[in-house]
Amino acid sequence: MENVNITINGMPLSVPKGSTILEAARLGNIDIPTLCYLKDINEIGACRMCVVEVKGARGLVASCVYPVAEGMEIRTNTPQIMEARRTNLELLLSNHERKCLSCVRSTNCELQKLCRDLKVDETRFSGEKTPSMIDDSAAHMIRDNSKCVLCRRCVAVCSKLQDVAVIGANERGFKTHIGCAFDEDLANVACISCGQCIVACPTGALQEKDQTKEVWDALADPDKKVIVQTAPSIRATLGESFGMPIGTNVEGKMVAALRRLGFDGVYDTDLAADLTIMEEANELVDRIKEGGTLPMITSCSPGWIKYCEHIFPDLIPNLSTCKSPQQMFGAIAKTWYAKKMGIDPKNLFVVSVMPCTAKKFEVGRDGQSAAGEGCPDVDVALTTREIARMIETAGLDFVNLPDEEFDAPLGASTGAAVIFGATGGVMEAALRTAVETITGEELDRLEFTEVRGTKGIKEASYNVGGLEVKVAVASGMKNAKELLTKVRNGEADYQFIEIMGCPGGCVNGGGQPIQPASVRNFVDLKSLRAKALYDQDANMPLRKSHDNPVLKEIYADFLGKPGSHVAHEVLHTSYVKRTRY
Amino acid sequence: MYRSHVLVCGGTGCTSSGSGRIVEALEKEIAAAGLSEEVKVVKTGCFGLCALGPIMIVYPEGAFYSMVKEKDIPEIVSEHLLKGRIVKRLLYSETVKEDEVQSLSQTQFYSKQLRVALRNCGVIDPENINEYIAYDGYQALGKVLTEMTPQQVIDTIKASGLRGRGGAGFPTGTKWSFAAASVADQKYVCCNADEGDPGAFMDRSVLEGDPHVVIEAMAIAGYAIGATQGYVYIRAEYPIAVKRLSIAIEQAREMGMLGKNIFGSGFDFNLEIRLGAGAFVCGEETALMTSIEGHRGEPRPRPPFPAVKGLFGKPTVLNNVETYANVPRIILKGADWFASMGTEKSKGTKVFALGGKIHNTGLVEIPMGTTLREIVEEIGGGIPNGKKFKAAQTGGPSGGCIPASLIDTPIDYDNLIAIGSMMGSGGLIVMDEDTCMVDIAKFFLEFTVDESCGKCTPCRVGTKRLYEILDKISKGKGEMEDLDRLVELANYIKSNSLCGLGQTAPNPVLSTLRYFKDEYIAHIKDKTCPAGVCKELLTYSIDPEKCKGCTLCARVCPADAISGTVKNPHKIDRNKCLKCGACMEKCRFGAIVKN
Repeated sequence: MENVNITINGMPLSVPKGSTILEAARLGNIDIPTLCYLKDINEIGACRMCVVEVKGARGLVASCVYPVAEGMEIRTNTPQIMEARRTNLELLLSNHERKCLSCVRSTNCELQKLCRDLKVDETRFSGEKTPSMIDDSAAHMIRDNSKCVLCRRCVAVCSKLQDVAVIGANERGFKTHIGCAFDEDLANVACISCGQCIVACPTGALQEKDQTKEVWDALADPDKKVIVQTAPSIRATLGESFGMPIGTNVEGKMVAALRRLGFDGVYDTDLAADLTIMEEANELVDRIKEGGTLPMITSCSPGWIKYCEHIFPDLIPNLSTCKSPQQMFGAIAKTWYAKKMGIDPKNLFVVSVMPCTAKKFEVGRDGQSAAGEGCPDVDVALTTREIARMIETAGLDFVNLPDEEFDAPLGASTGAAVIFGATGGVMEAALRTAVETITGEELDRLEFTEVRGTKGIKEASYNVGGLEVKVAVASGMKNAKELLTKVRNGEADYQFIEIMGCPGGCVNGGGQPIQPASVRNFVDLKSLRAKALYDQDANMPLRKSHDNPVLKEIYADFLGKPGSHVAHEVLHTSYVKRTRY
Repeated sequence: MYRSHVLVCGGTGCTSSGSGRIVEALEKEIAAAGLSEEVKVVKTGCFGLCALGPIMIVYPEGAFYSMVKEKDIPEIVSEHLLKGRIVKRLLYSETVKEDEVQSLSQTQFYSKQLRVALRNCGVIDPENINEYIAYDGYQALGKVLTEMTPQQVIDTIKASGLRGRGGAGFPTGTKWSFAAASVADQKYVCCNADEGDPGAFMDRSVLEGDPHVVIEAMAIAGYAIGATQGYVYIRAEYPIAVKRLSIAIEQAREMGMLGKNIFGSGFDFNLEIRLGAGAFVCGEETALMTSIEGHRGEPRPRPPFPAVKGLFGKPTVLNNVETYANVPRIILKGADWFASMGTEKSKGTKVFALGGKIHNTGLVEIPMGTTLREIVEEIGGGIPNGKKFKAAQTGGPSGGCIPASLIDTPIDYDNLIAIGSMMGSGGLIVMDEDTCMVDIAKFFLEFTVDESCGKCTPCRVGTKRLYEILDKISKGKGEMEDLDRLVELANYIKSNSLCGLGQTAPNPVLSTLRYFKDEYIAHIKDKTCPAGVCKELLTYSIDPEKCKGCTLCARVCPADAISGTVKNPHKIDRNKCLKCGACMEKCRFGAIVKN
């Protein structure tokens, strides 16, 4: 690539043509502070934190969007620049609800960090504040505009990454605030509850609806038996909340911590992931053989399901009728498990730990109570962040906990289940089972590498016992839209499609630990976290869902066979058309 | 052939003072007098002298009737149009010297003007393309398409020295050459008709009075840069301009001046209108294009500049209405002709919207380099009520004020910048001694606070805090340190804001501080407003020598703050007084004193 020669603070530097000053400075090991900048997603130069001096330019320029040019002379740390950045922060603080002591983002707040780094401890400015507006209408999150810095990162991910675009800037000038069109409640628009806005937010303006108190109360209730399930991706991310490197697999410590919190059973959603594969693979084979609606599309991701209902309602018949693994786990817990353990399902409290805020919405969907009305499959869905807060509250020294194992019977799982947490994982797991089911032969090689990786859309074609099976995988709703538009227009002839609501799948879910933009912009979170899951799969003795021994027991005891009448009663669900506006 | 033409101003100003009814009455009376075949009534664009509207002019005599009333029409028709006797008492007094009717160009208002951009305004029927063509319309486009290469067009515009009339004054030819040099499958030509400076209305007037000139110029620009599609972004609050421009586009299309293969040259050009909802920031070029694209009108960082990546990501030329209005004349009369007008670095003429404390409010077009004194004292007819000139604000909320000491500054782009103001789009507001400069700064800043789009921090929060400091000072609660704070914050906002709106928003504060610091100090130290404007700092009292005890003031006071008995001097209770001024307005003896 062609390079240009510039100087930064007098130091000569040769950098690729087309770089921004911010990128060029990083090549010279100079970190310029940013706030609104999200690489490729929000490059709008709005917050003005990253201003630098370019010789000849009028005023200071935003380095995050200003392209370098041959001979450019840049200064990044003159007194004028430092003063400008400080004034900027002071102005933001003057319109900010400074309740840092009790803020959920304290110590993990980008605004707080900038103030600390730039030694801004007070603001010279005081005056009117933009009227505070709190939207807590949605099942999964709360928006508190009094802590918003109007960086627009949430708006950018909602529209550019997720193609949902239900939030934007309302009013203008000092009255500007983020909200839905006409300040409609979030619960009344086509929000898919994915929570990507929350993980993009630099401050405490956006957060999941905290349900830890409900869990603490249940744990303290002597009449309740409280069990917990953890989604496949949690083991790959929870460590980040305790300062461990991104991509550390903390399954053992996680189990130990949950046990110490007082859960009566520490189980693995992976078991239900295996169960999902049994049902979904059966459904797929059935649709192919019986001429059902194809392509069949996975239904594990509640964000995706809601998106489909709002934006692609015509494709609802293509959705697998399988409940998500979270819900399958709850359904089995409150039926087969409760009976086996001799517990009244009404006294069984199922908590799930999910990478996902949409799971909070999913819990309350219709048709998600296998044990009968008033007895939901899952009682509370927590995010990774909430369980981390519970572990902190309990004073557990997470990093130094011993590694422990899941409880029996609902802790048994296979490698096929653990890769559910990464985009392409469900597809690969389903293929492992479907291929063996159709051919009746054991696979030589279990890795379907074509569907792995963080690319937004992946396609592959497999010869399964003489039958050509075309599959596609998409994650993130913008990619899904691209793929599904082809399906809708009859330009694609896939039989099976996996879609995950969040880009990269659950490892990058909206409920995961929040990494600041300074990390997100330069580290591929998705790949690092997914690697932990693929490594675990490779090292597991059982790697195919149909080999899960507990499932064999459940089918023998209770469900009969995949797709049976009982299985449909307990493990399958239906969907509703929703409007776009 | 008609023997007489009656041109009635149909601009927004005269329309709101009732020129529509004048036209109806005229047509009715003319028909009744049986003159319909002999006298033609034409509804034109703006004449410029809005203060005297409704205005009409009768040719061939050139009799200029001002402030025409419906009841005068029968007399004008029967006397002037039928019998040929001009009704002198109804003429604009300036045009009658020693009982002789003078031409309009001899009046103080018009004699110093030079109409280039406005040359057809008030002259032709803007809804009739043939009238435009009769005044050399579309000749320039024909010349460009049949005799000139795109490069020659650009060279001509460059050589003319034409600079953008929208505010910043960027050389138009250079802008076009950048867009021409960009390689793309599609390019665009845009027209900024989102005139938003309070008090400025020259772009509206051009579109109302001579819409074809903009269409012609945009087609020329399209040819020069290689664009086949144009957009005019115009605010929806300009209904007459929108209507006339729509009609003009339709007529131009019918006659083949727009569309495919114009003049058989193989050049295609189409034009569409996009309505703006009235946000001031949409006058900023990137915000304007974002709005055309269908998004919230917010600016985006530059570079890339529109000439490289503009509307829909394609190379785009954007000029404002007045800039375009100069282009066909430059093509026809040559770059040298245009460059012969004006100053060294500012060529041609500039239209100003004259407003505020001045006799002749309205539109004036003057050669660059005319002094402020000439505009105010001669063209503008001076300041009413014998008051003294204090300052003039140019550039609207982005500009600054020019104090009396600089009234002889020749007005051009660079001189205005040098004295802390700017040309802007050409609003010129005259202020007299009764104007408080702190209050003026507050007024303009309030406008920008309100019109900030809210995208970048300095403009969104910074201007608000700046306003709050001014507000504090105007209420007598300021401290001397606030003056430093104002300057620091103002300079920060200027150098850190994302777009021109924020970068210029503090100018009214900085320029009033520069020239009228004493007034600020008076508000802070003495807690007084020397001009007697800032309400919180005023006290009303009654001069017992002058008060006759008529009780009128006590009766109009809404706060019961005035007490007294009949025929005895009254008194104002300062604790109760709301400072509304109602008493002062009503007192027939001048007994109420404000200080």
